[in-house]
Amino acid sequence: MAKQHVSFKLNGQQVDVLVEPRELLVHTIREQLGQTGTHIGCDTSHCGVCTVDLNGQSVKSCTVLAVQANGGEVLTVEGLADAEGLHAVQQAFIDEHGLQCGFCTTGMMMRAYRFLQENPDPSEEEIRWGMSGNLCRCTGYQNIIKAVQSAAQKLQQA
Amino acid sequence: MATVAEELERRDALQGIGCSRKRKEDPRFVQGKGNYVDDVKLPGMLFADMVRSPFAHARIKGINKEKALALPGVHAVLTAEDLKPLNLHWMPTLAGDVQAVLADEKVHFQYQEVAVVVADDRYIAADAVDLVEVEYEPLPVLVDAHKAMDPDAPVLREDIADKTEGAHSKRVHHNHIFTWEAGDKDPTDRVFEEAEVTVKQEMYYHRVHPSPLETCGCVASFDKVNEQLTVYITSQAPHVVRTVVSMLSGIPESKVRIISPDIGGGFGNKVGVYPGYVNSIVASIVLGRPVKWIEDRMEHLSTTAFARDYHMTGELAADKDGRIKGLRVHVLADHGAFDACADPSKFPAGLFHICTGSYDVPVAHVQVDGVYTNKAPGGVAYRCSFRVTEAVYVIERTLDVLAQKLDIDKAEIRRRNFVKPEQFPYDTALGWQLDSGDYHTALDKVLKAVDYEGLRREQAEKRAKGELMGIGLVTFTEIVGAGPTRTCDILGVGMFDSAEIRVHPTGSVMARMGTITQGQGHQTTYAQIIASELGIESDKIQIEEGDTDTAPYGLGTYGSRSTPVGGAATAVAARKIRAKAQKIAAHLLEVSEDDLEWDVDRFKVKGVPGQEKTMTEIAWAAYNNVPEGMEPGLEAVDYYDPPNFTYPFGAYLCVVDIDKYTGQTHIRRFYALDDCGTRINPMIIDGQIHGGLNEGFAVAMGQELPYDEEGNSLGNTFMDYFIPTFVETPHWETDYTVTPSPHHPLGAKGVAESPHVGSIPCFTSAIVDAFSHLGVTHMDMPHNAYRVWQKLHELGLDKRD
Amino acid sequence: MIPGGFEYHAPSSVDDAIRLLSEHEDAKILAGGHSLLPMMKLRFAEPAHLVDINGLSELKGISLDGDTIRIGAMTSENELIASEILQQHCPLIVEVAKLIADPQVRNKGTIGGDIAHGDPGNDHPALMLVLDAEFVIRGPDGERTTPANGFFLGTYWTGLEEGELMTEIRVPVFKAGTGYGYNKLKRKTGDFATAASPVVLSLNGDTCSDIRIALTNAGPMAFRAEEAENLLRGQVIDEALIEQAAQKVMEACEPAEDLRGDIEYKTHMAAEMARRSIRDALARARS
Repeated sequence: MAKQHVSFKLNGQQVDVLVEPRELLVHTIREQLGQTGTHIGCDTSHCGVCTVDLNGQSVKSCTVLAVQANGGEVLTVEGLADAEGLHAVQQAFIDEHGLQCGFCTTGMMMRAYRFLQENPDPSEEEIRWGMSGNLCRCTGYQNIIKAVQSAAQKLQQA
Repeated sequence: MATVAEELERRDALQGIGCSRKRKEDPRFVQGKGNYVDDVKLPGMLFADMVRSPFAHARIKGINKEKALALPGVHAVLTAEDLKPLNLHWMPTLAGDVQAVLADEKVHFQYQEVAVVVADDRYIAADAVDLVEVEYEPLPVLVDAHKAMDPDAPVLREDIADKTEGAHSKRVHHNHIFTWEAGDKDPTDRVFEEAEVTVKQEMYYHRVHPSPLETCGCVASFDKVNEQLTVYITSQAPHVVRTVVSMLSGIPESKVRIISPDIGGGFGNKVGVYPGYVNSIVASIVLGRPVKWIEDRMEHLSTTAFARDYHMTGELAADKDGRIKGLRVHVLADHGAFDACADPSKFPAGLFHICTGSYDVPVAHVQVDGVYTNKAPGGVAYRCSFRVTEAVYVIERTLDVLAQKLDIDKAEIRRRNFVKPEQFPYDTALGWQLDSGDYHTALDKVLKAVDYEGLRREQAEKRAKGELMGIGLVTFTEIVGAGPTRTCDILGVGMFDSAEIRVHPTGSVMARMGTITQGQGHQTTYAQIIASELGIESDKIQIEEGDTDTAPYGLGTYGSRSTPVGGAATAVAARKIRAKAQKIAAHLLEVSEDDLEWDVDRFKVKGVPGQEKTMTEIAWAAYNNVPEGMEPGLEAVDYYDPPNFTYPFGAYLCVVDIDKYTGQTHIRRFYALDDCGTRINPMIIDGQIHGGLNEGFAVAMGQELPYDEEGNSLGNTFMDYFIPTFVETPHWETDYTVTPSPHHPLGAKGVAESPHVGSIPCFTSAIVDAFSHLGVTHMDMPHNAYRVWQKLHELGLDKRD
Repeated sequence: MIPGGFEYHAPSSVDDAIRLLSEHEDAKILAGGHSLLPMMKLRFAEPAHLVDINGLSELKGISLDGDTIRIGAMTSENELIASEILQQHCPLIVEVAKLIADPQVRNKGTIGGDIAHGDPGNDHPALMLVLDAEFVIRGPDGERTTPANGFFLGTYWTGLEEGELMTEIRVPVFKAGTGYGYNKLKRKTGDFATAASPVVLSLNGDTCSDIRIALTNAGPMAFRAEEAENLLRGQVIDEALIEQAAQKVMEACEPAEDLRGDIEYKTHMAAEMARRSIRDALARARS
């Protein structure tokens, strides 16, 4: 199938790629654009490790075609930190031991990042429900919840 | 004069053993700069994908590669025929069997590898897989392990059909793999004949899969010019892989480099050598270009190392006070189509004979019969410590059955049977020596923390109202840290492990170990050990693992062996350095070695305040001012052969409430007390416990990999394979006691598998306990709502008047 | 994991979308994509053409039109949850949407896609049945409106004809005192229902003046348990009556056996979800 030109903003920078219509956004991000922080964990859109922020929403980039990102804005883990340092979410994951093998962590943080904008002062129950699209095998979730709570506090103080 | 406060301050500054310091590896992970196998990109790299069998048992009549080869971008399509000249179409497994690399004339399980296609990218490879045409002739399928040894059972392993000598015992049937025994049969049988009370319980520990979030994969790169092979691989045992690859390919080990980079979870799933790896290596050698293979989730769940599938019968003989007189266990082990278990080679049932548990059992006998079926190969995986999950399950469940028969409280019966503190080190009836333990204290602490008596009162009240509430209790001892080389080897290589530590002139440290972290935090915990031993801040200590070109030979990380074996090697190597440092300090201070004492981070002259040398000062001197006759430098290597395994233990209690109309179980409370001896980083230990409990919850409450009668693998995607989300996962309460291991240099035992080993029978125990007043003694897992409902519907508990 | 190849079209108007569907026989609509793309990645579906309707702004938006709520077919599940109009005038839709999939999928999954896909496990069809919803459909022959009742014909089979596109869903505003409930038994968050049941009822004093009970994943398609409804309509509903209605629900079920449960379990659970939804609806109507 003929390739199409797709253009979007990735972490604030304009990018241009040629893709087949069937190319999944996660593959474009990882392979054409070399940003391997976003991972792939399943084939059925369940695990959430591929979560990115697309046009201000958390989406599973394995279930979005690259062509659908045309003209949009994509934020991945590589775009979370800024010149001043790590984002509050990233620091909180370190502070609260919210990661072990790190494989789910990038998608988890991208979801936490957007979730805290949707709900800046969540209860534990709301965190569990709001993050239920991201699976983890290593942590048992408990410290991730603490990380999200810690980030929520820091972000509210800022 | 140094004050206690000042000494504490120096110790705290080290962030050594006992400190809940943040992890050194985290910054790169949170910035998306981890380096997992699928992140590896080499120039000219191609992509491999597998053609797999839709049938569980079939002859291959023909394979047509034409259409696939004609697709632009396809470089090769290989089958068993192409591997035969290299004698690589079959490969040895870690359990003394052989496994097909590509199906040779027949397939033995659904999704078995039949051909490998190599293409420019994964999209073309996927298209090419669809274009390979394979003609199959289906054969009768065997999925019921109980029928495997029937006289008319289908022949599965034609390749070993006339082999009557198996790797572990004689083979009495074409589907028989081995029979293995431990303990004393006749004395045990006698005890059962004479006992006042006996109980017998059949139980099935179902087939599940570790399912780390990163699937298996590799990038194989054969450099034709230098004749060197480099393989990036999701492996928990890179050195073993190097040795195996060298043996299979004929390339000398010195020209094989295996790199386990960052690994996204292992849990025992990434120990074995999979056909996908071998096929990628062959393709790279044949094509002279790097070849990447990354399996998808369905392939992962359907074909890589599954766990358990043990049909067990547990029997206890006791007196009427519940004192155990004997234990008898029989297991029918379903290994799938090939015995690909990653066990130490002398133990085809792993360390299953730890099944006497935490109890003083005078005599015991265990027999395990392994059989082939048309299912994916394996059996040992998933945080099991080599079948310890199965062992603890059988003893804890059977003891509960005994308690119910005698109407003795489940905590009380355990108290009566515990090995007592004064009995350690304790020789079990099945040949192990438990190093240390204090089971009574652990149990009492848990019961007090949850107000056990209050819970039993509440349960009685709820039962009177027709409500289902259960209390599960497990007091487990497990065995980790494989292991002493006289008994433990993988393919002949003893299961020691190693550490190499080098102190730089300006006082920072580089250390490498033969283990490999997959999330356990080794970059932090090993640094903490060295920090405490050498008096150098753990922030200044760099830990590396996983590259066989630089790391000393080790057997890898699984079975919770890193702390017991790798941690011991690290401590011993560090102590060798400190011994040399003492000599250098004596030289610098112009005293004799005996005049010096070690104080946190420095040597001090006894009784002479102010006369001291810090490790940092000594490090500098090591490179320019060493005593006469001593070589410069400050480094050491240790290959540690453990004298024994270590035996972490714990007491877990679970409270459940069951909805009698839907069968749904609410885990109201889970209290986990673990004793892993010396605790290196309490924060990391808690994280490991949470994770292990969550995986245990998943296994007990929903995970399963069933097969239908045609051998179709069911539930092999995350649609059905139960991975709990934040919402289902209970809140975990953790606690601890510390009973150091007397034989370990640090007294540390290892901990990461305990929560998985202990929690699974605990969930089962709780659910059965909810029905025990109605005579129920056991219910098989998984305890999903459907299965629990079947029990309560059978008992008429969902009837409405 | 990798879909087969296809041609991609992103029309800028509904008419363009319809024209494309007519022109290409083997074309599928790409709405949220979270039912279709997973099927394509497993190669269970291999359409030659995808018509992406995400750019059609006329298919979005929720508005109040007298006593009718008009919901654009491309409204996402999260947009349903956030809608103040729905929270106030038809809160059952919000309840149901909250129990669908997970947060990320709810950003993409649409009410129109969920209805039109024909999967008996989807939540909106049964909901549309109890709400007496209407669907606005546009095709090569123009626009038509059709009731939800009778739209769901079988598994992956609805009243949508070749080349047609659902553009809008219309539901009546809840009258004051309307009772409602939705209970969904599932193995975990994000799973399809083992069984689920939406219920809407209204009371006249203590008597039930009208009640609608529907079932999800208890048959080849969503359906109303009409015999159960008839038993309760015009009665004062007590536990004994609910129990009788539950028996009627069981008689109407024909679930498919799978790893969620066998026919017996699913049938019993359908009835149990209906019981709980009837109780919830009563409690709400009485408050």
